[in-house]
Amino acid sequence: MLVSKIRSREDAYRHDLRGYQAGFILAAILTIIPFALVASGTFSTIATLWVIGVIALIQIAVHIRYFLHVDLSPERREELYLMLFSGALVTLMIAGMLWLLFNLHTRMM
Amino acid sequence: MNVIARSLGLTWVAEYDHEHDRAASALSGFWLFMMSDLIIFGLMFATYVTMLTPMSFAGGPTPKELFELPGAALETAALLTSTYTFGMASLAIKFDRGLGKVKSWLLITLALGLVFLALEIREFAHMVAEGAVPQRSGFLSAFFGLVPLHGVHVTAGVTWLVMMLIQINRTGLTGSAKSRIARLALFWHFLDLIWVGIFSVVYLGGIA
Amino acid sequence: MSHSFWSLVFGRLDFDSLDFLKAFFHPDLNDVIVSGASWVVILGAVVTAALLTWFRLWGPLWSKWLISVDHKRIGVMYIVLALIMLARGVLEGVVMRAQQADGLHGGFVSADHFAQLFSTHGTIMIFFMAMPFLTGLINIVVPLQIGARDVSFPMLNSLSLGLTVSGAMLVMISLVIGDFSTGGWTAYPPYTEPDFQPGAGVDYWIWAVTLAGLGSTLTGINFVVTILKERAPGMTLLRMPIFTWNALCTSLLLVFAMPPLTVAGLMLAADRYLGFHFFTNTLGGNMMNYANLFWQFGHPEVYILILPAFGVYGEVIATFSGKRLYGYVTLVIATMAIGFLSFGVWLHHFFTMGQDADVNAVFGIATMLIGIPTGVKVYDWMATMFRGRIRFSVPMVYALAFMVLFVLGGLTGILLANPTVDFQVHNTLFLVAHFHNMLIPGTLFGMLAGYTYWFPKVFGFRLNDRWGYIAAFSWIIGYFLAFMPLYAVGLMGMTRRTVSYTNSAFEPWFLVAGAGAFFVTVALVTLCVQLYVSIRDRELTRDIGGDPWNARTLEWATPSPVPAYNFPVMPHIHALDAFAVAKEAGFGYQEPTSYSDIHLPGNTWAGVIAAVFGTALGFGLVWHMWWLAWLSLAVLAVSLIARALLGDRHPVKIPATEVRRQYRAWLEKVRAVTPVTRALEWDHRNCGVAATEYFEEAAE
Ligand code: HEM
Ligand SMILES: [Cu+2]
Repeated sequence: MLVSKIRSREDAYRHDLRGYQAGFILAAILTIIPFALVASGTFSTIATLWVIGVIALIQIAVHIRYFLHVDLSPERREELYLMLFSGALVTLMIAGMLWLLFNLHTRMM
Repeated sequence: MNVIARSLGLTWVAEYDHEHDRAASALSGFWLFMMSDLIIFGLMFATYVTMLTPMSFAGGPTPKELFELPGAALETAALLTSTYTFGMASLAIKFDRGLGKVKSWLLITLALGLVFLALEIREFAHMVAEGAVPQRSGFLSAFFGLVPLHGVHVTAGVTWLVMMLIQINRTGLTGSAKSRIARLALFWHFLDLIWVGIFSVVYLGGIA
Repeated sequence: MSHSFWSLVFGRLDFDSLDFLKAFFHPDLNDVIVSGASWVVILGAVVTAALLTWFRLWGPLWSKWLISVDHKRIGVMYIVLALIMLARGVLEGVVMRAQQADGLHGGFVSADHFAQLFSTHGTIMIFFMAMPFLTGLINIVVPLQIGARDVSFPMLNSLSLGLTVSGAMLVMISLVIGDFSTGGWTAYPPYTEPDFQPGAGVDYWIWAVTLAGLGSTLTGINFVVTILKERAPGMTLLRMPIFTWNALCTSLLLVFAMPPLTVAGLMLAADRYLGFHFFTNTLGGNMMNYANLFWQFGHPEVYILILPAFGVYGEVIATFSGKRLYGYVTLVIATMAIGFLSFGVWLHHFFTMGQDADVNAVFGIATMLIGIPTGVKVYDWMATMFRGRIRFSVPMVYALAFMVLFVLGGLTGILLANPTVDFQVHNTLFLVAHFHNMLIPGTLFGMLAGYTYWFPKVFGFRLNDRWGYIAAFSWIIGYFLAFMPLYAVGLMGMTRRTVSYTNSAFEPWFLVAGAGAFFVTVALVTLCVQLYVSIRDRELTRDIGGDPWNARTLEWATPSPVPAYNFPVMPHIHALDAFAVAKEAGFGYQEPTSYSDIHLPGNTWAGVIAAVFGTALGFGLVWHMWWLAWLSLAVLAVSLIARALLGDRHPVKIPATEVRRQYRAWLEKVRAVTPVTRALEWDHRNCGVAATEYFEEAAE
């Protein structure tokens, strides 16, 4: 589908350009929302933190998709697997570390 | 043919010395390096979060007292824009838009990177002036372990960018230059990605 | 004035730091030992330099080895480093065993010196013996097994070696100048904070480990890419030899497990040099985070140490049973499973730190899970031997000892994985017995088996087998005597890292362990004798055909010693164990129909510069000679940048005609040799060409 759409180099260029533009605009929006939330202080702290966290994860996905160009296509499989693997490992390490150290913290209080 | 070959196990075939895609290997290696670096940042983040306790503030300044939104917003804007302008440089290379275009986009990126660094240094200087030095508390140690580490990475990126500008100025867009700029682009985008974590966890999380 | 000038140049270095003078100022036994050790290092260096000069070997050493990017030569240099460090590590272990054998009466070593001994011993054995050894084997073997010309990044490879060497140099220098850390190989704060250890010791540890760790990370990256990108045509992932699979998993672990060590080390350095509070007692530091970070590296590290050995055993058992590896795919899956699981169990090293029981339970169960894939492996090896044509060669002796002893150690590991048990024996010699039980029969025997197995491939002649057997049995007996008693005294309550004791019930056990240390010393000496005898008698054990063990994988299909370009033309792979299949079909030695030019990367100074200025950087940091540190850092940075700008300026081209001439000459020699059957493998008639033999398996 997509391939047939891209006829000339000019089209291809515009397609890629639009990718960067989309990424930039999305990232900007996803940055402005949490900044605005914090500045205005609309929500409670806990709620704000949740929103910040979720939006940050979305923004990271946006960066990966539009700037690092890692997506679900077969050509990018290698990078995708590598990122998923690394992501799993950091998550494991960070989660275990936070669990452990906060557990110790509460027990010392 | 295939069946016969299998029972041979192994055949020797001369060919042009396995025209290996050096650039592809280099790119894969660079990806691995970045993922290794990602672990470093992940652990620094986690350490920082564990230091967000009254015990680690040790009576010193807390995030709420230290961080301000405008500074963080400006730094974020500079870095995010620079990631976009680097993207433009990559596009100009990919679609042969001419050396001039590539150079000017890279120069803009460089300028934005320097702006980011200047803002960051100003912020640190400000903190130090207020007595918020890393020696003050565990929390501040973690802060100065995490955020300047990112800054050092940006500095490395800036240095690399300068080198690439020199290289393409001298030799034009050779294969080696293209392959290096492709890696530098990855690095640059990666640093912006880390920055998303920093402004979310450190600044927004600290002020919220 | 003059004092401040001194400290500007020499930092905090002064005459009291010079260990080799100690014996003259305070001649008691302990200081004589300290000085003696540093004189050994000094004399060793001087004698080596003199010999090199006498035999005019500096030139070849420089041009053939130090600046070479050939993966085989780099691998050999790693292994030479490992063997030197093995000698030091073992001797330190023996001194500690001797001390404790006399420990009831106080022994002859001071408490501080004993602490330095176990700290350097542990650091050396892990970072400068085991790691270089396995990295060296991977370097030598992997590109050959996958049919590659070289690794993906040859210059980087040399750089990694240089960084590892600089770490090792720092540990060696600490014998001569200043003291080493007394904080064990783990360097836990707050004890390693400047409040408690202000001297240079901990700094030696930090920079030695950090530099070597950096080198290991780069090696990991290099080999992941090499294995994924440089395989010969037809070598699919599931046709890769098992050693290569283990190397792939090890390399991935290097990439992802070294960072926590770097982080922990640099944070500790920030505490020590800049007054940060990451792990201090005061102002909100959290020393428990250090234990956490260290073992996020440390546990994967033990799998970095064992997986290459598993790979060696896989190759050795298959070859010396004359069968293909049983359950190849399950072994691959088990390897990868172990690699992944190893990131999820680090907490079992500090069950006693004070967290809730449910945290401990989760990590205890995760730990026990690793036993499953490991068990799969053991069964696969046994099934490979089942009905095989087994030859009890030296590598096979190591492999068999490993299979028995490793299972034993694994069982004590399962015991320790249970937090309630661990609370009883944590920090006792029971634990020391357990990990030596894994590391000696596992890693060390594996490395020695690999050394014996691939030696002819690299040097073109076999190692002497008689001395090989003596060495192997001395290691086994020595290990057994030295470490089994430690299980007992550990259960009786003897703590680790303890210089002496007052409970006389311990003494008999320590005497037995001391006897074990004697056999271990014999084993070490035997290894040297074996090397000497093998070189002397090399004409009797020439490996002309390149396949002395009738082996199965690709590295045996090329001449020994392997030419710089590895293979005359690219091999195309059509099966698992391609070379074995080819031999069975009678096509072991074919000539390619045509040849093409071969391009090889040129030599590089990267490794030498990294070694020299890495050492200088570390030394400057340790002794607070800031000018030296900055200067070295600048040299390192500038030479890296210069190399990046200049590129490889001396690539080598070998014309097709030359390759053909060499290869034909070799084929000629091979045809002149009488093939031998497996029964004559250790005989002088074995010239490296195997006679085809048909077994049940082949007939199937
Ligand atoms: C070959 C003969 C060996 C002997 C005689 C020996 C002996 C010892 C002794 C006496 C200790 C101190 C135990 C204590 O805490 O009281 C020790 C600790 C240790 N050994 Fe060995 N060892 C040997 C081989 C190895 C090998 C091959 C490795 C690793 C590959 C190794 C790694 C360690 C480590 C990591 C420690 C802990 C150091 C610390 O407490 O920080 N050892 N060894
Ligand atoms: Cu462990």
